[in-house]
Amino acid sequence: MSFEIPEDRRYLESHEWAHDRGDVVRVGITDFAQDELGDVVFVELPDEGDTVTQEDEFGVVESIKAVSDLYAPVSGEVVDVNEELFDAPELVNDDPFGEGWMLEIDPDDTDELEDILTAEEYEDQIA
Amino acid sequence: MPLSKPPLWDHHGDRDAKFTEFGGWDMPVEFDSIQTEHAAVREDAGIFDVSHMGQLHVTGPDATALMQRLTTNDVSQLEAGNSQYAAITDDDGIIIDDVIVYRLPDEAAGGDGDPTYLFVPNAGTDERTHERWVEYRNEWDLEATVDNRTDEYAMFAVQGPSAPILVDEASEESLSDQPRFSITAATVAGVECLAARTGYTGEDGFELLLPWEEAETVWEVFDCQPCGLGARDTLRLEAGFLLAGQEFDPESNPRTPYEAGIGFAVDLETDFVGRDALAAIDPDELEERLVGFELIDRGVPRHGYDITSSEGRVIGTVTSGTMSPTLGRPIGMGYVRSEFTEPGTTLQVIVRGQSKKARVEQPPFIDTV
Repeated sequence: MSFEIPEDRRYLESHEWAHDRGDVVRVGITDFAQDELGDVVFVELPDEGDTVTQEDEFGVVESIKAVSDLYAPVSGEVVDVNEELFDAPELVNDDPFGEGWMLEIDPDDTDELEDILTAEEYEDQIA
Repeated sequence: MPLSKPPLWDHHGDRDAKFTEFGGWDMPVEFDSIQTEHAAVREDAGIFDVSHMGQLHVTGPDATALMQRLTTNDVSQLEAGNSQYAAITDDDGIIIDDVIVYRLPDEAAGGDGDPTYLFVPNAGTDERTHERWVEYRNEWDLEATVDNRTDEYAMFAVQGPSAPILVDEASEESLSDQPRFSITAATVAGVECLAARTGYTGEDGFELLLPWEEAETVWEVFDCQPCGLGARDTLRLEAGFLLAGQEFDPESNPRTPYEAGIGFAVDLETDFVGRDALAAIDPDELEERLVGFELIDRGVPRHGYDITSSEGRVIGTVTSGTMSPTLGRPIGMGYVRSEFTEPGTTLQVIVRGQSKKARVEQPPFIDTV
């Protein structure tokens, strides 16, 4: 099975993606991760205004069969949360790189993204 | 130790099933998605490969006496072609396993006139159960043959409202008028099988026992959703059925049938291992018992989470929990102190350090057959 891995993003080994959108970094989990989890039924995310630290936990995603912690790919302040996921967590399965996004972070330092995996490196990891 | 594989392990792999270790077996946990598979069984039909379940065969002049003394239900009430649910208990009345005991119909019983039983212990327990039966048979000097046929039988469960129609279409005999818990010899897809009107999903359906080497022939004849153990778990939980290793475990979670809510499968008029210990218990005076609950707050209850009173005192533990695919709400089961078991009672489940409100609800959570 092959998985979508957009090249315009960076990745954590724990399967979160980070998309630098200029003023904010949008965060979600990968196609591979949602496939491994199966049907996502619940997400727990921080509130707007909270701060997160790179590679620290920021929330939880639960499928019917498993619970997984979520890790921040970049440090900064949470400036938006995808509240649609509270009522429709299946968006994480349906469109993990699009409608299933989770957070937007105002990064302290976008150079942090250089420290995590490129699409190619992430592809090697899940191969 | 290498995992045992069901006969269709390669076949399931070709279908891109995901696998999980369960009771020493490498079993398909998911073919498409748990919600898809679950819905198929509730609304139409699904087929499960449950070849990991044990099959023990007991026959001979004292077969009934041996079964009677090692299972909690009254085996002598079983007519040929019928089955019953029972527990296997130790001397202290603790559940070692739960089983369906089938008394085989005469045409499948071997032909020497002795009653023949086939019973189905949980995955990975067949060897120790076989040893137990042989040891007690020898100790009691009973004339019975005990064979472990787990590696000879494949077992498929065809479950759901459409399952009887599908099984009827696939078999030479008319099976859809078979009563619940009956077992009969049948020819399915040209293969001689045993067809039992049993299952563990809360739906109507059949469990088919068939020769290991004929597995693919029988599996292929059923044009319905293949389902894995993931859906089997959510289906059985909605139905309020126990799962070995979670609702009971002789080492990590020793429970009597009364605590586990299966007192209906205990007949104290019979003499079985554990009977005296159970007879000494007043089922109305238990310290803890198994309850179902619905989580009112957002979250998903999971095995091992603490259950507390509204004041924050720990009063129990979650044994199973999930987001119910049918109901769209989080449900679970767990043991709590008896004063908190009344339906409607408010509890708290501690989900990753956060207290979530829950309400006691008597299983099954859905209408079952």
